[in-house]
Amino acid sequence: MITIEIDGVHYQVKTETSLLSACLSLGLDLPYFCWHPALGSVGACRQCAVIQYKDVEDKRGRLVMACMTPVADDMRISIDAEQAKQFRAENIELLMTNHPHDCPVCEEGGECHLQDMTVMTGHTVRRYRGQKRTHKNQYLGPFINHEMNRCIACYRCVRFYDDYAGGSDLQALGISNNVYFGRFNDGALENEFSGNLVEVCPTGVFTDKTFSAHYARKWDLQTAPSVCVHCGLGCNIAPGERYGELRRVINRYNGEVNGYFLCDRGRFGYGFVNSPERILKPLINGQSEIESAAAEQHFRDLLKSDQPVIGIGSPRASLEANFALRTLVGEEHFFLGLDNTEHDMLDAIDSILHNGGIHSPSLREVEQSDAVLILGEDVTNSAPRLALSLRQAVRNAVFDLAETLHIPSWQDAAVRDLGKNHRSPLFIAGVCTTRLDDAAVRCYRGSPDDIARLGFAIACHLDNQAPEPADLGDVERALAATIADSLKTAKRPLIVSGTSCASLAVIQAAFNVAKALPSKDRQLTFTVPECNSMGLVIIGGGRLQQAFERVREGLADTVVILENDLYRRAQDQEVDAFLHSAAHVVAIDCLNNKTTEQAELLLSAATFAESEGTLLSNEGRAQRYFPVYPPPEHVRASWQWLSAAAEGLKWRHFDALTAACAETFPELEAMTRAAPDASFRIRGMKIPRQPHRYSGRTAMLANIKVSEPQQPLDPETPFAFSMEGATAKVQSAMEPVIWAPGWNSNQAINKFQEGIGGHLQGGDYGVRVFEAAGAGDWFNTIPQVFEPEQGLWLIVLLPHIFGSEELSLRSPPVAERTLAACAMLNPSDAVTLAVASGDLIDIRNLNGKTMASLPVRLEPSLPAGLLGITAGLPETRQISQADRVTLVKTGNSGEQS
Amino acid sequence: MDKLDKPLTKNIQPDRAFATLADYRKTGGYQGLRKAITELRPKEVQQWVKDAGLRGRGGAGFSTGLKWSLVPMGNNGAADAHQTRYLVANADEMEPGAFKDRLLLEQDPHQLLEGMIIAAYAIQANIAYIFMRGEYHLAARRVENALQEARTEGYLGKHILDSDFNLEIYLHTSAGRYICGEETALINALEGKRANPRAKPPFTVVSGLWGKPTVVNNVETLCNIPHILQNGVEWYRGLGRGADTGTKLFGASGRLKHPGLWELPMGTPIREIIEEYAGGMRAGYNLRGFLPGGASTEFLLPEHLDVLMDYDAVAKAGSRFGTGTMIILDDKTCPVRMVLNIEEFFAQESCGWCTPCRDGLPWTVTLLRDIIAGRGRIEDLDTLSGLTRMMSPGNTFCALAPGAMEPLQSALKFFREDFERYILGKIAVVEEDQ
Repeated sequence: MITIEIDGVHYQVKTETSLLSACLSLGLDLPYFCWHPALGSVGACRQCAVIQYKDVEDKRGRLVMACMTPVADDMRISIDAEQAKQFRAENIELLMTNHPHDCPVCEEGGECHLQDMTVMTGHTVRRYRGQKRTHKNQYLGPFINHEMNRCIACYRCVRFYDDYAGGSDLQALGISNNVYFGRFNDGALENEFSGNLVEVCPTGVFTDKTFSAHYARKWDLQTAPSVCVHCGLGCNIAPGERYGELRRVINRYNGEVNGYFLCDRGRFGYGFVNSPERILKPLINGQSEIESAAAEQHFRDLLKSDQPVIGIGSPRASLEANFALRTLVGEEHFFLGLDNTEHDMLDAIDSILHNGGIHSPSLREVEQSDAVLILGEDVTNSAPRLALSLRQAVRNAVFDLAETLHIPSWQDAAVRDLGKNHRSPLFIAGVCTTRLDDAAVRCYRGSPDDIARLGFAIACHLDNQAPEPADLGDVERALAATIADSLKTAKRPLIVSGTSCASLAVIQAAFNVAKALPSKDRQLTFTVPECNSMGLVIIGGGRLQQAFERVREGLADTVVILENDLYRRAQDQEVDAFLHSAAHVVAIDCLNNKTTEQAELLLSAATFAESEGTLLSNEGRAQRYFPVYPPPEHVRASWQWLSAAAEGLKWRHFDALTAACAETFPELEAMTRAAPDASFRIRGMKIPRQPHRYSGRTAMLANIKVSEPQQPLDPETPFAFSMEGATAKVQSAMEPVIWAPGWNSNQAINKFQEGIGGHLQGGDYGVRVFEAAGAGDWFNTIPQVFEPEQGLWLIVLLPHIFGSEELSLRSPPVAERTLAACAMLNPSDAVTLAVASGDLIDIRNLNGKTMASLPVRLEPSLPAGLLGITAGLPETRQISQADRVTLVKTGNSGEQS
Repeated sequence: MDKLDKPLTKNIQPDRAFATLADYRKTGGYQGLRKAITELRPKEVQQWVKDAGLRGRGGAGFSTGLKWSLVPMGNNGAADAHQTRYLVANADEMEPGAFKDRLLLEQDPHQLLEGMIIAAYAIQANIAYIFMRGEYHLAARRVENALQEARTEGYLGKHILDSDFNLEIYLHTSAGRYICGEETALINALEGKRANPRAKPPFTVVSGLWGKPTVVNNVETLCNIPHILQNGVEWYRGLGRGADTGTKLFGASGRLKHPGLWELPMGTPIREIIEEYAGGMRAGYNLRGFLPGGASTEFLLPEHLDVLMDYDAVAKAGSRFGTGTMIILDDKTCPVRMVLNIEEFFAQESCGWCTPCRDGLPWTVTLLRDIIAGRGRIEDLDTLSGLTRMMSPGNTFCALAPGAMEPLQSALKFFREDFERYILGKIAVVEEDQ
């Protein structure tokens, strides 16, 4: 720490930081535009000018840009000096010469950084009398609006999109005050993190198109802390509601997890909550809607069956809901509802993370790793936010180089100018090209078995105790040696793997590599498919196939299916047989699907936006989501349906259920501390979900009744569906809305952190439930080299950010970005089959049954003998990972068009 | 005048198109290179140039030898022994009023190449670039041709003059923007990025082209090098008439009898350039003021005619030496319109990176146009003054806008009544002369 003097007051600040960052960390107000806490300094906007004095004698000082000035011991500066204040006000005046006077109709209004900064500097009267320059706007896809006239040319958008997120189709074009930020042509922004532009842009150039379709002001949105349900990473989100509709999702800062950014699936996948396919009232036999009280009774009656009732859990349902079902049906009658391979893999991951003795990193820790090996994952598509962190991790080498040249790490442009190619090693072994390849030093393409073999070879090269793959090819041997040497010298090496390859061997190989690493700070992370995959395996239960058997063998006749479309987990005929032979099927879910269609009793479940629950991320972090608004009248949280049915059980309330779950599973003991419980009060008050400026409450329902109804009660959480309540001293991580006086935009987050970009004051959200223990034994089962069999192709399901995840696919803008289903083949295989790109082929299983008929796409990076299929789409649902199939051409591309 | 040494232009003769390799060698060409490579160590070459007192001819006037000496060299430590270093010749001459580098490029291309090879040797760079203004087609052709000749003759390539020194020079013609003349914007453009300047520090000698130590020198600067090596430091120092050393291409444009370009000793009095070499004002025109160093320097007045043209003397008089190519304001040209013309250029050429320049220059143009069109208000002059303060050095990201403000702020000081006449609705007494 060093001491600096700001306007006559002495402060202790961290070294190695810019003066702007230091001032903001101290809670001082200093306006800025081009600087962003995650993007560093470039000195473009000239807004953060302050006066720096040489010494105590110096009365005049000189104007410096705080963002470009390193802090130094005994430094003397002034923010309030008249000259600095005048410069900042006039700089805003310049920025505003071309800015439209459209705040009242601008969607950014009320959370606009430009508004905040303008007010902060005191610029009020425009002297400029000239014409304003105007721009044409572009169509940028279903996620984002473009309104270039509002642009103040801070360059943050391109710095985030191109420099930080690795995009290439958004550029700064033009010069002078005609500088333009857009694409070469109209078209959807290609980068998977484009939605962050909405928050990165300090004004209303890039706004959320899904939000503007049904817009509300920030202060009119009701909000509660929440967690993204669209992959296993557990990014923190702040969903906003108005009039009983979820209107948008924005990032909620978590210093350990997602930081400032979300992926586009997480941001724009929420539309399923408002879907017309929502189940809003319990339904009997798919026809007659019943009241929820009657449904409860019906449910209880069905559970009174003489035969055992079996329950099928879900990786997208909360720990509490799964636990409630397990308790309701009994441990021996609870099944996880995963496909067999996924079940195996998640078990293996669970066991490695618990007993393997290797730390599973948070995303913050991922960003600090200095060498990375990815085994078998296209991370951008399977766990997108992790890819963004890995993109930052490869920059650690250039930060080290910058340090030797005395270039501060926050000097963003200067560090980047040191060279894009100077990066920490990232090795990617995948079945075909991935979206992170451009950041990698080497990429390897092979079948899942070959990827596993490469991993085993690397492990063996690192530690000769590790088993060695037989018949290793020269190429693989040399590559393994290169990768091993690179990982060996790293201080914080990271191995990334996951379930995408559907290969247990790949997961085991990843563990062997991690175990073989000499560094004590080695890390191992696995991506998992769904938001509570990790939680579900920790609760544990039988396999889906066993559930099928139970019913088939008449050992059970009633089935309760929790938030799970079994047709995504097993073959149609198996599920059909299962559901038909069960006497009674109860399904609890939020959206209609093929499984719910067959339920005798369908119970209308709340989504994450209308209920509470705890999710366990792939890292092992338990995080709670809270209802943003009360569910519709006949919709209940799954745990509520289940606990209402469980007569005689002691958990009538959510907290009791959470406590019972934590008590039952020692690994989950910490989950009760994921967030405060319902008894939480500050001076006797709950935390309000509605901002203090929430408007129209007394008028919202005036078309129905003029007297204001009582606000809904919330006995389950620390939050109130109200404007009234505790507004001071709320722990930062529990703040529904980030706001500070004078800071209406998301940049207010600076006021809630322990230093810029640091942890939230009072601690980041969530709690890690387990830490690495044990040492884990080597895995010794090494697959053979993959040899394509003539006439047979091995299926590899390739996840895609838009389309592979069940719930987000039900959001129209995400569905719009989904790739058309296709069958990807190596060109040499296409020659063998005499098919061309666009030709239709039948994909048949070994019994000759056609599972899908898809157009061919040639993918040179996919090894011969593999058939790449986008995972999770309706058309590809019946195609199972790792199946062997035959291919028959049924039509040519001419017929297609 | 004849007895003055004119090393830079001695090969430029009216009776031939340009100096060929043979012409160049006939007057001692490539002797300086031979001396440097065969007799001197790189650090010694740096010292010679530093001792010669050569200052950058692109406008900033920084000591060339000192700039070179800031490059981390291989013998400073094992860590940078294999460090890649680059030399870049800045041939992006776009300063309004300046056409000195063009002459050197078109007329005597080998002089530049020899200067570059010596400079590259001095900083141990093995790759060098010539970043040339896109419109200089003839120069590009002749330089490209000279590069071929130099390769054939063993002045470029591996083992230059049988030494261990290797160098390749690439010619890059610019897509064309004024800001590319700013050395860090030039580097960005050379890397294929937007030609926005970079923040300094880090300086290019530490992190320049592709993040490697890089020296960017102006064409004229580099053209001085062979002669320093060939004729020695003392000879070079003896060329200057004032505090600065060597000779300089001085230009003068405007309503002069003989506008043109002359190689003269540093420190030649302005009066001598205007009255002797340019022949004084054309008949019927009187000198009202002049921009001594090009469009981005402050006006000086007839009372400054006896100021010597060297860096410090011009600065002391209240302007800048710049590129040494002066623009004359006569008494029949409206200074307000002249300033508008200049500001339109700079507003158009702003790279759009920093706020004061991007939005301040277009506003300046709007105000000047309003004033000339009779829509001006007296308070607009305060606004213009305010803008010159907003865009003063340090407030903007690079020197473009402060340079653009120099003619304006001095015009507001010296020619305020011309601005006021427009605003107060009096007939503009100074008629534009077509």
